[in-house]
Amino acid sequence: MKRTITLTVNGAPRSVEVEPRALLALVLRDQLDLTGTHIGCDTSQCGACTVHIDGRAVKSCTMLAVQAEGHAVTTIEGLAAKDRLHPLQQAFWDKHGLQCGFCTPGMIMTAADLLAHNPKPSEAEIRHALEGNLCRCTGYQNIVAAVQLAAGAR
Amino acid sequence: MIPTSFEYVRAKNLSDALKAMGKNTKVIAGGHSLLPLLRFRLAQPDMLIDIGQLRELKGIKRSGGGLKIGAATTYRELLESKELKALYPLIAEVTEHIGDLQVRNAGTIGGGLAHADPAADMPPVMLVLDATFVLQSKTGKRSVPARKFFKGPFTTALKPNELLTEIQLPALPKGVGTAYASFEQAASGYALAGAVALIAIAKGLITRADLAFTGLGDAPFLAPAAAKLVATTGDASLIDQVAQAAVAGVEANDDVHAPAAYRLHLGRVAARRALTQALAQAQRPG
Repeated sequence: MKRTITLTVNGAPRSVEVEPRALLALVLRDQLDLTGTHIGCDTSQCGACTVHIDGRAVKSCTMLAVQAEGHAVTTIEGLAAKDRLHPLQQAFWDKHGLQCGFCTPGMIMTAADLLAHNPKPSEAEIRHALEGNLCRCTGYQNIVAAVQLAAGAR
Repeated sequence: MIPTSFEYVRAKNLSDALKAMGKNTKVIAGGHSLLPLLRFRLAQPDMLIDIGQLRELKGIKRSGGGLKIGAATTYRELLESKELKALYPLIAEVTEHIGDLQVRNAGTIGGGLAHADPAADMPPVMLVLDATFVLQSKTGKRSVPARKFFKGPFTTALKPNELLTEIQLPALPKGVGTAYASFEQAASGYALAGAVALIAIAKGLITRADLAFTGLGDAPFLAPAAAKLVATTGDASLIDQVAQAAVAGVEANDDVHAPAAYRLHLGRVAARRALTQALAQAQRPG
C-alpha cells in the first residue's frame, strides 16, 4: 500500500508517494527526476547509485525509500554550489577521471564522504575507500589522481 | 529486481518492535543483508519492521573490563570508536574488511551476525573472543554464547520472534594477541577461507589459544587443535602442526569458487598466519 513520505533532498523538503518496497534509487530517478544517480547492477556491488544520507555515502539501490523518511539525502545534483563545480567534479574534469561517465556520480559521492572525514588521504586510503565503486573504463588511475587533486584543493 | 510487496512499520521503541514480530515478518536495520535477498525475492516477508532508528539498540558501552555493543550499531560507528580500537583491535581490523565504505556506513554488526553468512568475517571473531549475544522477544530475554549461536548457513539459535539486541564482549587477558588472516573471493570479498586467532601469554608460556575459521564449512567453527599450544612457547613448527591439525578431517565447502581441497589448503595457511601474528603481538612488550 502506498504511503506519503517526507524527506530532505538536496536541501529542500520533498514529499513523495511510494510503496514500501520502492528502492530509494528508483524513487530518486523516476519520481524526483534526479537521474544523476545511476543504477549499474542489481547486487549492491557497483556503487553507481551512491548518495549521501545525513552526509554518509550509501548505495541507494540497497535502501528502501521509506527508510530515508525524515533523513537528508544528497545526490550528485546537490553537491555543487549554485554555478560552480564542486572541487571533486572539477578535479575529475581536470585529471580525466572519467571516460563514459556512468560510474562518476557514485565515485564522486563516495570520494566526498572520504574527504569530509579524512581530508588528506593517502593513495592507499583512496583506493580502499573506492572499493565499492566499479569503473569499467579508466583503470582507476585517473580517478585516484582526481581525488588526490581535490584533496589538495581543499 | 523489485522486491515483492510488504507492509512497513518503523518501530518507535524496542518493545514496539518485539510485539510486531511474528509469522513472516522480517526485521530491517541497515538492510545490507536483507535487501539483496528481497531484491532476488529469496525473502518474501509480509511485513518489515524497521529498527534502524532505535537509539536503545545503538552504541558501545564499557562493561567491567569488556564492552557491550548495541546490535544496530553500524560498522562505521564501530570504526569510529576509540574504545573498541583500544580494547578489541581485532574487531576494528576485521570491520575494515567488511563490504566496502558504503556498506559499512549502513550495515550493522547485529544484522550481519544474525544473517550468519557462512563466509562472513565477523562470526569467527565472536567465537574466538567468546562473546555472548542477548536475544530478546516480547516474552523475555536470554543470553546465548556466540559459540552456541551459529548453527549452519544463514541459520542461528534465534527463534522467529527473537531479536539479537546486544553483543557482550568479555575482558581479554593481559598479554594477549589477536589476528585475522583470510583469502577472499575477488569479486564478493567474502572469505574462501579465513582464520581468527587469539593467543595469551604469561611468563613466556601460552596460557590461552583460540582459533576459529570462516568460509570453510556450513558455519564458523572453533578448532580444538589450538589447545595444543597451551603451556608451550609456540614455536613455528608447532604452529604449523596446529594449523594442519585444525583443518584435518574438516568437510569443506566445494563450489565454483574453490574446490574443497584448495579451501582446506587456504584454511591451513590462514590459520598459520593468524596464529603467528597473534603470537608475535602477544609477545610484544607493554
